[in-house]
Amino acid sequence: MVHVSIAPEILFTFLGIPVTNTLLTSWVVMVFLIIISIIISRNIKEIPGKLQSITEVIITKLADFLETIAGSKEVVRKFFPVAATIFIFILCANWIGILPGVGSIGFTHVEEAPIHAENKGEIVTEVTKGETEEPQESFVPLLRSVNSDLNMTLALALIIVTMSHIVGLVTIGVRDHIGKFFSFKSPIKFFVGLLEFVSEIAKIISFSFRLFGNVFAGEVLLVIIAFLVPYIAPIPFLGLEIFVGFIQALIFTVLTIMFLGAATTAHEESH
Amino acid sequence: MESIAAAIAIGIGALGPGIGIGMLAGRAMEAIGRNPEAAPKIQAAMILAIAFTEAIAIYALVVALIIKFV
Repeated sequence: MVHVSIAPEILFTFLGIPVTNTLLTSWVVMVFLIIISIIISRNIKEIPGKLQSITEVIITKLADFLETIAGSKEVVRKFFPVAATIFIFILCANWIGILPGVGSIGFTHVEEAPIHAENKGEIVTEVTKGETEEPQESFVPLLRSVNSDLNMTLALALIIVTMSHIVGLVTIGVRDHIGKFFSFKSPIKFFVGLLEFVSEIAKIISFSFRLFGNVFAGEVLLVIIAFLVPYIAPIPFLGLEIFVGFIQALIFTVLTIMFLGAATTAHEESH
Repeated sequence: MESIAAAIAIGIGALGPGIGIGMLAGRAMEAIGRNPEAAPKIQAAMILAIAFTEAIAIYALVVALIIKFV
């Protein structure tokens, strides 16, 4: 049966920090984006070349689309850099994740018996014990789709939610922002504040699980289809994954803009 | 037992979003039928809404995968 693991595999440890295959892939994506952006920004001309016009089209289309979602030009103009960065990063990460070779090139790793550092005398017995059982061989892919790691999507969600709070504190003031969550003016407002507080936590969970779930489910789907029918059958699913990767990047961006936009507007006093 | 639990989780979890996406697409097509010129706008909004609805099925899938593989 195919091997599916929710946690990313650890490749090596660097200064005590485990480096997983998803982390390695995110570095690849970052290097790719940095090189592309350096190439484009180096030769910006009055009359744009091919690469520059493509970039301009993408940026303006994205800005126009976000404007229809956010409703105002100011919000989009204010938060476009962070939203567009997230869009481009997630899009590239998702699309690099379905390239051939990602997830299939790797090495087999023979599982060792757990080693306790404090009592080295036990290692020998542990190893000899391990030899009597069958050695666990597992396949470790060198690269793996970035967003199929819950840590990555959780980090993105935390960045956005934290940023929305900081932006809220700065733009509408400490009193108004905290007043959204803790208000003792009336029982109804207190209850609404409580709901807002819960929704703030639910936001992080839904944000991270949506992206993680979609990308991880896509990975599993591709693996299983390729396992059942190795030829031709996976092609439509690859197309589906390209589409899903784009849509999820777009949704993440739209929600980012919506949250940041909502954080900059105080609750209107209707009475 | 774990396999049954995972199957039930995704099976029931897929019911709601399935109905939801069906209703959503149906209404969107009605709207396009009434006003074909607004089709691109309706399609964009529809795909976004479908992605949100689909996310609920994805949560069920994540739960099922966690039951099965963790």
